[in-house]
Amino acid sequence: MITTTQPGQFTTIQDEGRLGYQAYGMPIAGAMDRYAYRVANLLVGNRENAAVIEMTGVGAAFKFDEEQLVAVCGADMQGQVNGVPISNWSAFLVPRRSEIRFGTALSGYRTYLAVRGGFDVPPVLGSRSTYTRAKIGGFEGRALRQGDVLHVAQDTAFKAKPRHLEQFYIPRYANPINLRVLLGPQDNMFTRETIDIFFTSTYTVAGRADRAGYQLKGPRIMTMGRPDIVSDAVCMGAIQIPSYGLPFIMTADHQTTGGFAKIGYVIRTDLAKLAQASPGDTIHFTCVNEQEAIEALEQERQYYRRIAKQGDDHFVG
Amino acid sequence: MNDCLSNVKLLVAGEYGLVIEFGTVISPEINQLVRQLTILITSNPIKGIVEVVPTYRSVTVYFDPLSVTRQELSRFILQLLSTVKLQELDRVSSKMVHIPVCYGGVLGPDLEFVARYTGLSAREVITIHTSKPYLVYMLGFTPGFPYLGGLSEQLMVPRQEKPRAKVPAGSVGIGGNQTGFYPIESPGEWWLIGRTPIRAFNPEGNPPFLVAAGDYLHFVDITIDEYFTIRRDVETGAYKPEISYVYEGGRP
Repeated sequence: MITTTQPGQFTTIQDEGRLGYQAYGMPIAGAMDRYAYRVANLLVGNRENAAVIEMTGVGAAFKFDEEQLVAVCGADMQGQVNGVPISNWSAFLVPRRSEIRFGTALSGYRTYLAVRGGFDVPPVLGSRSTYTRAKIGGFEGRALRQGDVLHVAQDTAFKAKPRHLEQFYIPRYANPINLRVLLGPQDNMFTRETIDIFFTSTYTVAGRADRAGYQLKGPRIMTMGRPDIVSDAVCMGAIQIPSYGLPFIMTADHQTTGGFAKIGYVIRTDLAKLAQASPGDTIHFTCVNEQEAIEALEQERQYYRRIAKQGDDHFVG
Repeated sequence: MNDCLSNVKLLVAGEYGLVIEFGTVISPEINQLVRQLTILITSNPIKGIVEVVPTYRSVTVYFDPLSVTRQELSRFILQLLSTVKLQELDRVSSKMVHIPVCYGGVLGPDLEFVARYTGLSAREVITIHTSKPYLVYMLGFTPGFPYLGGLSEQLMVPRQEKPRAKVPAGSVGIGGNQTGFYPIESPGEWWLIGRTPIRAFNPEGNPPFLVAAGDYLHFVDITIDEYFTIRRDVETGAYKPEISYVYEGGRP
């Protein structure tokens, strides 16, 4: 049993997301930073789709009744167990009757806390992800509050023990953030010059950087003619250009359809970097081709395999 | 290949998305192509397809690019398109879901405004709004939210300039050339003319969503007493929405 002693700024339970219902208007939801989320699960020997805790900006605190193997990945929220600092990107034991406590994110914006076995909350439409707008999934469809009690599931994939992740696999949350973009599907609504401005300018994350999307400030990008289209499908990473010309990047809890022109999509691998951006951070876009996006995905999957395998080897060795 | 298919475009929506776009306008003919292609893909999926999302005028296929390449997927889609026959849909029956609505009063606070704006009586607004079924072109915006076509021109009212921050679930509204209802509480810029006691989205339900793209919706006028009776029955699970079937040939 794990009790929430301090809820943090916005703390939810997330997993891989809710696939298969976008045709009904249901967003995928799921962890914003898929890389940190998956690595946290791998470090404690969980399946890729196990549920973890996602903390935003300012972390939470939890009291553990029993000893648990825990991993913390993502933003550095100055985590401590019973007052002793922990290291991010590692798996460690939290002794029984002790407290893990997080503070403000020093580098990055979102932190993932995985426990061995995953958090035991009932799946809704095949996923344990919280989607607060529809009040479904996770813990009663909402962000965690003080006093909420979480239980640990028994769903593990392989053996695991305390370990530090090799430096090679730990991302650095640099500023400015460089996001690689595939043009389309409405890039033809912009002139060549406008697209050049988009790729050569610096944008700033405006106040809104929530699970539904990131609003950016910077040079305005205007379409030739009307900015609106007859609504069509949008997915995570879509860069919508609304009538006022400032890019809006759709993230995990995005609407499934939208009526503004999309200049392009941030490639999947780079959405993890975007998830770690906080208001005030700066962003550059780089135009890439599909091959580069797919190579980045392939590399990421290799990393997952190697991280999982090393955990296994260490255990056996 | 069908004439309507000569304008098909395959577009890139990230390395995970393939858009099959039939046109850039809202039309029942284009939407029929969307529906037929959606049925073809979902009934014979190939490896790597993750989700298929039909919209007014396009089908978006989300896929895992490490399981299927865009080239393979595009070839598969083009092969399916070559079998699309528009007239075939005329023989397909569509589901029509009847949605009970209590119009006006506290549940439809803008009915009087819509009546004044359109120069009709409140009763006439209700009669016109319930007079014919609406095609569900697509779902989006929030879970279970249907984009409907076919609003009578007599009922067209510009959207509210300042959206309401919280529209109650079940609210039935009108705005621009659209009508529909809000399955969950959300912001909204429509004029609210009534409310339905039924749940369009119920995560515990089977199916969890009341309507799907391609269905028809028919609003039925009920009294406030009926509203509360049905709402109680919805809560206990005793209420089943009335469903009938229409043939596409007889579509509005």
